[in-house]
Amino acid sequence: MYGNTNITEEEAKRMNSVEEDPIKLAAFEERIARGEKIEPGDWMPKEYRKQLIRMIEQHAHSEIVGALPEGTWITRAPNFRRKLALIAKVQDEIGHGQLLYSAAETLGKTREQMLEDLLNGKSKYSNIFNYPAETWADVAVIGFLVDGAAIVNQVINSKGSYGPYCRALERICYEESFHLKQGHDNVVYLATGTKRQRAMLQDAINRWYRPLLHFFGPPDRTSQHSEKLMKWKVKLASNDDMRNQFLDQYVPKIWELGITFPDPNLKKNDENIWEFSDPDWEEFKRVINGDGPCNAERLAVRKYAEEAGRWVRNALMSKNEKYVTPLA
Amino acid sequence: MKNTLPHWHNLPFLEDLKISIMNSLDPRVKRLHLKSGETEPVHTNTHLVTWEVFHQDKRGKQHVHVGVVHASSPEMALIMAKEAFGRRGKTANLWVVKTSDVFTFQSEDEDMFETTPEKTFRDPAFYKVRDRIEKFQKQQLQ
Repeated sequence: MYGNTNITEEEAKRMNSVEEDPIKLAAFEERIARGEKIEPGDWMPKEYRKQLIRMIEQHAHSEIVGALPEGTWITRAPNFRRKLALIAKVQDEIGHGQLLYSAAETLGKTREQMLEDLLNGKSKYSNIFNYPAETWADVAVIGFLVDGAAIVNQVINSKGSYGPYCRALERICYEESFHLKQGHDNVVYLATGTKRQRAMLQDAINRWYRPLLHFFGPPDRTSQHSEKLMKWKVKLASNDDMRNQFLDQYVPKIWELGITFPDPNLKKNDENIWEFSDPDWEEFKRVINGDGPCNAERLAVRKYAEEAGRWVRNALMSKNEKYVTPLA
Repeated sequence: MKNTLPHWHNLPFLEDLKISIMNSLDPRVKRLHLKSGETEPVHTNTHLVTWEVFHQDKRGKQHVHVGVVHASSPEMALIMAKEAFGRRGKTANLWVVKTSDVFTFQSEDEDMFETTPEKTFRDPAFYKVRDRIEKFQKQQLQ
C-alpha cells in the first residue's frame, strides 16, 4: 500500500458530486483512455489532483520512514560487503522520497506542507514500517519481501496517467531491482547457513508474514471502490489482485529454501488464486491509527530531524528567492 | 490463527515503548533521548527553491531533463543533483537551472504545432526533380 488509493465512503460520494466543466472533463478522460499522460500544466479535475497528491505524498513518506528500520542495522551489518549494500539501499530510499516529493509538488502542494502533514499525523505512510527490525534477518526479509511487495505495487502504478509520477516510478523500479536482488542474496545466505542463521530467518519470516499480507490494504470485499479512480488511471489494480501477484511471485522463492510461512492455510487453489488465513485486519486498523509497535518512534525521529536541522535550513534560506512550482 | 502467530503487541519491550521511546532497538535513536510529543510546526511558508536537473550520460550526447532538486544555491543544487541522479550508470555532466528561470509555452497551446507535419515543403523528400531532368534531356536530344 505505498500509494494508498483506498477511499472512504464519504470521499466516493463527494467524488461523484463535484461539478466539473463537462467539455474539459470529457477531453481529459478521452486523453487518458487513449493512453496519453497528463502533465502538470494540464487541466485536471479537482479530485484527480487531490487523490494524486495524497497517493504520491504517502508514497514519499513511506520511502523516508521506510529507511528507518533498515538504517538501524547499518552500524551492525555482519560484514563490509553487506554494510556497503545496505548504505546504498538506504540512500536510494531517501533519494526515492525526494523524487516523489518533487512529483507531488508539481500538483501544487509544497514539500514543507507535506512534511508538516507527516509530523502532525494528517498524512500516513506505509503501515509496514511501524514494525521493528529486530535482527539482521529482518533486514534480509525487508530487502527481499517488503521491497518485492513495493515493486509489485510500483510497477503497476508506473502505468498510471500522471506523467511526473510515472517517470519517478520508472527510475525507482530500476533502482529497486538491486534492493530485491541483494535482499534475496541475503535471505539465501541465511537459509543455507548454520542452524542458528536458519532459525533467525524463520523467526523473521514468522513476524513479517502478517504485515506483508496487510501491505496491499484491506480485502476488496471490504474496501471502497472508485470506478473514477480506475477510469482516471490513478488506481490500476485492486488490493487483492496485487496481493495475489505478490504471493505468486514470492511464496515459492521462500518455500524452495525449506523456510515456511506461519499459516497452514496458505496455498494456491485450483483457480490459481492464493488462499490464506485472516491476517487480523483489526490489527491493521489499530496500527494504521497509531497503535503499532514503532509509530511513536518513527515520528519522533522525523520530528528530531526537523527540529535539529531547522537552524541550518533557516541559515540557507534567502529572502529574495521566489518559490515557484517545479516544472516536471 | 490469531493465537498461533507471534503477536507484535505481546513482545515485552513494546510495553516500554508506550512509556518512553528511549528503549528503541536502534542505538543511535537511544542516544538522542527522544520523547514523543508535540513539535513546532514545519515552517511551511519558507521553501527552498527548486532546480530543474539535466543529465548528460556521455561526452558528445545532449543533456536531458531528469527531474527536480531543492537547494538554496547553484552549488548545493549540483551536489543534490549528483546524489539524486548520478547514483547509477554513467554520468559525464549535470546542469541545474532554477525553475523560475525556465520559460515554457502553456500546455493548452499545444495546437500551435499541429500543422507542422503537414508542412511537407520543409522535408527533403518533397523535392523531386529527376522527372523534370529526364524530360529536359529528352527535349534536348530532339
